[in-house]
Amino acid sequence: MAATPLKNRHVLGWLMAMPLSVVLLAFLFAPIVMIAVVSFWGATEFSIYPAFQFDNYEFLFGSPVTYKVFGATLKYALITWALTLAIGFTVAYFLAFHVRSLTIQIALFLICTIPFWTSNIIRMISWIPFLGRNGIANQTLISWGVIDEPLEWLLYSDFSVILAFVHLYTLFMVVPIFNTMMRIDKSLLEAARDNGASGFQTLVHVILPLTKPGIMIGTIFVVTLVMGDFITVRFMSGSQRANVGRLISNDIALLQYPSAAATAVVLLCTVLIVIAILLRFVNIRKEL
Amino acid sequence: MRTGYDLELVHLTKRYGETVAVRDLNHVFAPGSYVCLLGPSGCGKSSTLRMIAGHEEVSDGSILLDGHDVAPLAPAQRGTAMMFQNYALFPHLSVRDNVAFSLRMKGVDKPTRHKRANELLALVDMTHLADRLPAQLSGGQQQRVALARALVTEPKVLLLDEPLSALDPFLRIRMRSELKKLQRELGITFIHVTHGQDEALALADEIVVMNDAVIEQAGPAREVWAQPRTEFVARFIGGHNVITLPQGKVTVRADAVQLADEGMAATVMAIEYQGASVAVSTTTEGGDEVLALLPEDQFFAAPKNPGDAVRLRWDEARLHRLTA
Repeated sequence: MAATPLKNRHVLGWLMAMPLSVVLLAFLFAPIVMIAVVSFWGATEFSIYPAFQFDNYEFLFGSPVTYKVFGATLKYALITWALTLAIGFTVAYFLAFHVRSLTIQIALFLICTIPFWTSNIIRMISWIPFLGRNGIANQTLISWGVIDEPLEWLLYSDFSVILAFVHLYTLFMVVPIFNTMMRIDKSLLEAARDNGASGFQTLVHVILPLTKPGIMIGTIFVVTLVMGDFITVRFMSGSQRANVGRLISNDIALLQYPSAAATAVVLLCTVLIVIAILLRFVNIRKEL
Repeated sequence: MRTGYDLELVHLTKRYGETVAVRDLNHVFAPGSYVCLLGPSGCGKSSTLRMIAGHEEVSDGSILLDGHDVAPLAPAQRGTAMMFQNYALFPHLSVRDNVAFSLRMKGVDKPTRHKRANELLALVDMTHLADRLPAQLSGGQQQRVALARALVTEPKVLLLDEPLSALDPFLRIRMRSELKKLQRELGITFIHVTHGQDEALALADEIVVMNDAVIEQAGPAREVWAQPRTEFVARFIGGHNVITLPQGKVTVRADAVQLADEGMAATVMAIEYQGASVAVSTTTEGGDEVLALLPEDQFFAAPKNPGDAVRLRWDEARLHRLTA
């Protein structure tokens, strides 16, 4: 008799977990499995056919373009990460420790989110008239006499791509870091001062170690977003730069689904490895 | 003639905008004494402590330590150390590294600072837990670490901000005897902020009672308890009845009040059995609440019930006149 209610409880538990499980299975797990399966299919110029062959992967790993493009993607991710971290940490530090009043804190935080009120394509494209050959930036610099002729590298370059990435994704770094910083007991900072720590020592020995989980969460956001992006690179480089996302999108445009799927699988694995390495360093569990 | 590291407050004032948190304090803390700043919350005792520590700016006046004005100095340069109310241990550092923190900030090399930290941990009997993180310690253990961390800077004055309030009552009593013992061994001044009069009486060589941003009364614990100067002190320190007589307000200790056949008429409001004694709360005809603390055998020889009319008597010599 004792077993019956226990069994009921198990059934109930499964039932309660069901809706989310179904959603995840249908919209996360199944598509990934599908992509993995398709990545082993074969393709000709005009058709694709089910098979189990490694042609796509062989071609992918055999091509020097792949390594170059993965290298470029990691470079974008690394530079964007460094810049968003520097800006995000500074902004979060200012909000959390310099602004004393909660009202002003919230107000400033909301101001940070204003760019998100429009689509990110619009935010991205609005850089183009600013950075272009005859754009505001070049004209201003010329009128100030800083430069004699327009800077060519402002637009359609790595510079503009990374600028757009930083603009788009810095907030993803600010939010988790700010959140972690707000949880730091202010008396710890006083204790550090009481123990003779200078402002910089407090930052390095107290604030930074305690902010690590937030930095890690922000890092995961930024790295995954940048590595999976293709539209920013296309618009901001004027289709002159490539990253893995563009590789995939080009394959899809040419209806080369098996090849696109194989690239996607490799990209997914790369991102997962990067995240796994990051999680080795910091335990973010207590933040979640 | 004053000697040693005495601490003196001169016209010390703290304003927050329009409100005055601490008004024109003048006081000399004798070196090597255990001083309790006692008062209700919001009376300015914490602000005073934080100004001495250097975590709050002084609006006016000065803080003299050994004859030097320390008010403009950074907290670590004053020769004071503070123990925070919630201990403020660094959660990412081990107990040993917490204690060694200030030495690390000074650039002392690792073996030296660990050796010194171990000495302090031995002093507070925490050597066996030196490698733990603060989150793995109990409240009392965290407090000992906080104490060791404050003492590692070799302060001349240790400032304790309600150090026992986070502990359970049993531990509180044990920790307060340890604090007292430590103070006696080290021979430095402890300034301890509390709102508990029992804590102040148990610990302090000198009690400074604060109310409404000023010092109401300061003196040795026995003197403050036996001869409260004001009605506020008499009520706050406990154990006293404030009675309005024709000649003015007087206090009489609760244990000096007896129930008798004649004396002041009163009505019993409540009776509380406390073990060794019985607390009889009464209200006089004048409206004063008077508490009589009777020995248990005496009360049960002639028990009373709430609502009974009684007469209160006391020895005239035990009346104490309030000056304010």
